[in-house]
Amino acid sequence: MSAVDEVFVRLRADGKKAFMPFITAGDPDLEFTADCLRALDAVGCHLIELGIPYSDPIADGPTIQASYTRALNAGTRLDAIFEMVGRVSSEVKAPIISMVSYAIIFRLGIDEFLRRATAAGLSGAIVPDLPVDESEQFAAKCEDADFSLIQLITPTTSGDRAVQIAKKSMGFIYYVSIAGITGERKELPPELIENLTSLRKMTELPICVGFGISQPIHAELLKPVADGLIVGSAIVRRMADVKDDVSRTRTLKEISEFASTMIQAID
Amino acid sequence: MFGESAQQELRPPVTRPAKEFLVSSRSDTLAFDLSSSFSSQPSSDSQLPDAKGRFGKFGGRFVPETLVAALDQLQSEYEKAQGDPEFQNRLDALLKDFVGRPSPLYFAKRLSDLCGGAQIWFKREDLNHTGSHKINNTLGQALLTLRMGKSRVIAETGAGQHGVATATACAHFGIPCVVYMGEEDVRRQQPNVQSMKLLGAEIHPVTTGSRTLRDAVNEAMRDWMSSVVDTHYILGSVVGPHPFPKIVRDFQSVIGRETINQSKDRFGRLPDIVVACVGGGSNAAGMFYPFVAETDVPLVGIEAGGRNSSAGNHASPLTYGEPGVLHGSFSYVLQDDDGQTQDVHSASAGLDYPGVGPEHSYWMSTGRVQYRSCTDAQALQAFDAVATQEGILPALESSHAVFAAMEIARSRTPDEIVLVCLSGRGDKDAAEIQRLKKEFDK
Repeated sequence: MSAVDEVFVRLRADGKKAFMPFITAGDPDLEFTADCLRALDAVGCHLIELGIPYSDPIADGPTIQASYTRALNAGTRLDAIFEMVGRVSSEVKAPIISMVSYAIIFRLGIDEFLRRATAAGLSGAIVPDLPVDESEQFAAKCEDADFSLIQLITPTTSGDRAVQIAKKSMGFIYYVSIAGITGERKELPPELIENLTSLRKMTELPICVGFGISQPIHAELLKPVADGLIVGSAIVRRMADVKDDVSRTRTLKEISEFASTMIQAID
Repeated sequence: MFGESAQQELRPPVTRPAKEFLVSSRSDTLAFDLSSSFSSQPSSDSQLPDAKGRFGKFGGRFVPETLVAALDQLQSEYEKAQGDPEFQNRLDALLKDFVGRPSPLYFAKRLSDLCGGAQIWFKREDLNHTGSHKINNTLGQALLTLRMGKSRVIAETGAGQHGVATATACAHFGIPCVVYMGEEDVRRQQPNVQSMKLLGAEIHPVTTGSRTLRDAVNEAMRDWMSSVVDTHYILGSVVGPHPFPKIVRDFQSVIGRETINQSKDRFGRLPDIVVACVGGGSNAAGMFYPFVAETDVPLVGIEAGGRNSSAGNHASPLTYGEPGVLHGSFSYVLQDDDGQTQDVHSASAGLDYPGVGPEHSYWMSTGRVQYRSCTDAQALQAFDAVATQEGILPALESSHAVFAAMEIARSRTPDEIVLVCLSGRGDKDAAEIQRLKKEFDK
């Protein structure tokens, strides 16, 4: 059983839901990322998604694009990201899951990526540009390494295909709330609850919802139909303000408070 | 710099040994010995891509799940259209009456005399309506848009040629059209920006990244992520996820099919060598694909060598890059060791792209096509030569291929035929070329 599986077994036994914040590695620097990982774990986040900055993220809206650009412009390299995760992962209880483009994984080599990711203590990966049809080889190796390759299902996915994807996904299913890119949205799509209800009937795997989720009210709405929530842009947006020690401390506090609010709303 | 001295260099009679080919290549030892390596190619290449969109190991579909259903729909609708004579008749009629096909095969006599070797012939895609080969694809994809019942079109553009061709097709059919274009390209390709607006298209300048073609593709893909249900993305080159590389190649293949027929009519045989420029690679794929089975005819693709061969100064993934994933496809790319896309440079906005169509990567791997790159300065030299010797302003993109053709022609005999795809006209580049000349003079 992978670290991600264990989290959901525990949560389900307690009748609770997962909150999973997303942060970008290296925005504005890796020390701040390390502080965020510790802080988000300390307030009780159940899993943490760590975005590996990429030059051409086509599934991301302006907030996460800008964050990736800041991280890359600051000179964030993969070596340093793995090194930082390696230092911090033993201190945090929450499994850390990477969000990483297949362009990066392929360049490193899938074996080398898995070796370094698992050595650093990453528990899984969400690979937004590796649909299930292209993932067979990588998925088999992830399975062997007890490393959760989390697959995505979207509103444009047909029912038959959703069943196939659910069979292949490990850890949980990432349900994308809208046909679109990442970014905060005030209103969730009206058909979201219905989509989740029908997906629930197709699979036993935990279902976490992401894209557009940004407010406590969203958590309350989704609590009955989802096993967890993923929030990215609403957190990453705040990182743009980090400049000096004062703003570092202030932003860290804001992010922790926001995460606490969301955890309470979903509890 | 390239003004007077280039003219001198181009003056006949200049005889050069074949090995002195000036452009850069991955395997220098090959030079231009193009006689031997083509006989053993399997003819089954024309059946590619396979069901998963692979040309050998290249191609595929590396996209977010949100886009998979739309790509499946496009593939199935395209397959139906291929089997529908009505669709083909409609496209053929448009290509004839609206585009002006077939485009002529033209003997560039004074240019050939200048080089003092083989005959240089142009396939005149620059004479198509809208001034380039791009219209061959946009009309086909606009017809597919109607078949799929989609009501809006988006497109990316670099030089603006694909943007103009998409805006034109959309105006023709009355489909609303949004074109994404990097801010840097908006600056250097103003005439095309104006044309697109006059044709009723909405231009979205892209301000992220290097503000060129790659960023325009990113933005178009992001739009499509949100609009996929009612919008078709008319991708302009043989890049991107399956089935785009196949569809665009097929629509562009009219270039190569016509060239084969025209060559048989004019020469009683096929050309001795065929040259085309490669950015994403759509004019080259359209020209080469029908020639792939004609293994006696060497094929040469010319990438943008930019300023020099160091990272960030060129746009030649086949010459200098590595296999990797970009924009939904596995092909040669220009990336750093972490898999981040590198900045690229070319004076030509249409070639200023860090990736290339997967079928080109495949053709390079089998040796069926040889790829080289030539620099900004060399392309400008060729531009000048074609302008002053032939009275044709070639696109800067096509000028890359012309430069290579001139070099090849010099080492050949007058009975040989070097055929170049003149993929577009250069009116759009006039202002940018003036600016570049000043920059070079400094």
